[in-house]
Amino acid sequence: MTELLEELKNNEKKTVYDPLLKDENIIIDIKDFNLYYGNKQALFKINMQIPKGKVTALIGPSGCGKSTLLRSINRLNDLLDYVRVEGDILLDGESVYDRSVDLSELRKKMGMVAQKPNPFPMSIYDNVVYPLKINGVKKKSILDEVCERSLSYAGLWDEVKDRLKENAFGLSGGQQQRLCIARAIAPEPEVILMDEPCSALDPIATYKIEELILSLREKFTVVIVTHNMQQAARVSDFTAFMYMGFLVEYGNTINIFKKPKVKDTEDYITGRFG
Amino acid sequence: MNKFARKNFKIFFKSKGEPMLWLTGGGLVISLLMITLLLLLVLKNGMGNYWPGGIVYFKLKNGEAIMGEITKTEYYKLPDDKINTLNDEDKKRVLKNNGKEKRFLVRVGNFELSNKHFEWVSLHEISKQDYPAEAIVLERLEWGRFYGFPKEFIVDGRPVASDLKGILKNYDRYHNDVRKLWRKKVSIEKGEIGKLNHKIEKERLKLKEAKLELEKAYLSKNNEKINEAERRYKKISLEFEEFNKLTKNEYDKLINEINKLKANYEKYGIKFLTADGKEKEVKLYEIVRGYTANTLSFGNKMGIYLNRWIEFLTDEPREANSEGGVFPAIFGTVVMTVLMSLFVVPFGVVAAIYMKEYAKSGKIISILRIAINNLAGVPSIVYGVFGLGFFAYTLGASIDQLFYAAKLPNPTFGTGGILWSSLTLALLTLPVVIVSTEEAINAVPNSLREGSYACGATKWQTVRHIVLPRAMPGIMTGFILAMSRGAGEVAPLMLVGAVKLAPEMPVDSIYPFVHLERSFMHLGFHIYDLGFQSQNSDAAIPMVYTTTLLLIGIVVLLNVVAIYIRNRLRKKFIGSVF
Ligand SMILES: Nc1ncnc2c1ncn2[C@@H]1O[C@H](COP(=O)(O)OP(=O)(O)O)[C@@H](O)[C@H]1O
Ligand SMILES: [Mg+2]
Repeated sequence: MTELLEELKNNEKKTVYDPLLKDENIIIDIKDFNLYYGNKQALFKINMQIPKGKVTALIGPSGCGKSTLLRSINRLNDLLDYVRVEGDILLDGESVYDRSVDLSELRKKMGMVAQKPNPFPMSIYDNVVYPLKINGVKKKSILDEVCERSLSYAGLWDEVKDRLKENAFGLSGGQQQRLCIARAIAPEPEVILMDEPCSALDPIATYKIEELILSLREKFTVVIVTHNMQQAARVSDFTAFMYMGFLVEYGNTINIFKKPKVKDTEDYITGRFG
Repeated sequence: MNKFARKNFKIFFKSKGEPMLWLTGGGLVISLLMITLLLLLVLKNGMGNYWPGGIVYFKLKNGEAIMGEITKTEYYKLPDDKINTLNDEDKKRVLKNNGKEKRFLVRVGNFELSNKHFEWVSLHEISKQDYPAEAIVLERLEWGRFYGFPKEFIVDGRPVASDLKGILKNYDRYHNDVRKLWRKKVSIEKGEIGKLNHKIEKERLKLKEAKLELEKAYLSKNNEKINEAERRYKKISLEFEEFNKLTKNEYDKLINEINKLKANYEKYGIKFLTADGKEKEVKLYEIVRGYTANTLSFGNKMGIYLNRWIEFLTDEPREANSEGGVFPAIFGTVVMTVLMSLFVVPFGVVAAIYMKEYAKSGKIISILRIAINNLAGVPSIVYGVFGLGFFAYTLGASIDQLFYAAKLPNPTFGTGGILWSSLTLALLTLPVVIVSTEEAINAVPNSLREGSYACGATKWQTVRHIVLPRAMPGIMTGFILAMSRGAGEVAPLMLVGAVKLAPEMPVDSIYPFVHLERSFMHLGFHIYDLGFQSQNSDAAIPMVYTTTLLLIGIVVLLNVVAIYIRNRLRKKFIGSVF
């Protein structure tokens, strides 16, 4: 393992890409991306293209920078004043890190689902329409419609339609996470970013969320971080394996899981890692 | 020997920690015990104060007689030479008690006759003790209590009854009506005449303003201006004279009415004989409450007890605050506390939001935080001095110069008042609110903030919709603490506006209804005044307890309401943890 890292660091070796990616329509293009937390570098020269309308999984041992990479895409890392980035990320060909970018506009295009369900301290209804309300949408008919559509999409409508005005904390963990997904898709973003969305849920709730992710693929591009190999294999079209801030291998999920080109990827997937 | 048995004390102490359990538990118990004792003391003395006692009649060996209520019984050391002068029976008793003698503190009342409210009586001085059925205790508008035997019921100077039964019957028949007439007279004095005085004062100010204008015009030496001002002054002078005539009429009418009422109620009275044989006529309207203390049933006593509490809560004070009610003080305390909260909560919350959400955490913010925390340790009297110096004498004086020039040299805002008091206390409680708001904001999970930002929300939207609602229960906690502190604070208030007796309430029916410049009565200050400034301290001390009980009650009540609201908010905004 150390060998590979040395090679990556010294720029002798490049990320291994699966050639199949070439045929895809690219929505997010990450170019030579470095990220530093203060003096500590957390991402090294990431080059990665994420295809439109597909589910892309980020896997790797914990602390390898999956969340950091995900949060770089919608610039959530900007909240910390000691974060510094180099390189660029393009969304639909436009730079995300350009000076002129309005963060609110940018984030409207990218819904995000966090590790732990984070419903807001308000009613179910208000939770779902929050992204619209803060963008100045006031018309009740629009809000009502978006609320129903998003909740239906998230498979929650039938369960909550009679208690939309009730507090969101009354829902179970799985329902809360689906509520957060409904909130993320409410403004009809192009990309949905998910950071281990099932890690706080029980198997049945996890199953429901996975089903939901598969159905989301029709309309949205999904980038999902997961530490669960089976989950990555089940829901994703493409998989990226990261290690210690480097992107080691990236390609078609079937190829990555069936015949990985890098030995470390194989070790990690089969659990022989470490 | 069991191999698990304890080897030695040192190891036992370290490993088991049981002694620590006792130590910490003991600390808790001692604190609780002290608080409980304090509360019990206040409760016992405060609740018992109003229970009507019996009247005792002592015939003394020196021939005198005293009558009143026993308020305290204690033993005291009798000097040896004094013991020797006692008769055999008393001597034996005192010696058996190790030279200690029993004595009673008797509330004898009748201050205008005897110049005493209370008197000590030792057991050996008493030759006869009695509880006469016809003895009556009166609570009066003036001079405090009266103890005596009723002799005659008088109407228009003529006796209409001279036996106990007849007198009591007449008392029952006339007392309520007479009191009603008297109350009407007071309400005319305070209400209508008060309003009239306000009107006159207003007109007089107008005149004075015109005069000031005129003086200014003379100084400017501008003929046009002088003419204008002179014309105006003349006009207002005429108006004022007209107005004076009108009000004089109105005034006379009111005085007439009062005199009529007076004539109606002053003709009733009761002639009493005191224990030491003096005669005294008490006018019926002066009697707040009268009863034959030794023949009361439990129900009667309960009635008097409740009646006294009602009077305490709803009436105005009498006799240098040692009798009557404390309603103005309750009202002042509540109004002041509410005003204070209105000032302190928004300011504190905004400051905390800035420090937590906007400012970059660094040295300056840390120093600021330390400074704020230390502010909470500054003696409250210092705040009072600041409030007086800055708010009243600087800010208030400027306001007077600008808006109330005609009233000068009498200050309006340039002296202590309820506005300055509540601002001073707001300053005093600001650290509490800031610190608890900061803590509440700290406790808001970052995942919520990030979720909001990820939705595209701006910082302010996140603070407004996510952080504040979620922190609301914690902010309420700060508010509760501030309120309790503010309601119980006395020292700074003595400087910036609390007074012993406020002639007018800060909120009343005279336009503009809320008078922020007025001084006010406050329960905390009232307690201080009763306990330390009172002439009749033996009568005032029980009132101290009763008032303390009331203050504690009000603080608890305000707290309960706030806690109820907080719990509802908590349910709404935080919910159960999944
Ligand atoms: N807010 C932060 N400040 C400083 N270092 C951080 C921060 N967040 C993450 N890191 C560091 O960056 C590295 C990558 O973290 P992360 O992206 O959370 O990993 P993963 O999600 O793959 O478990 C870790 O070494 C972690 O210690
Ligand atoms: Mg992570």
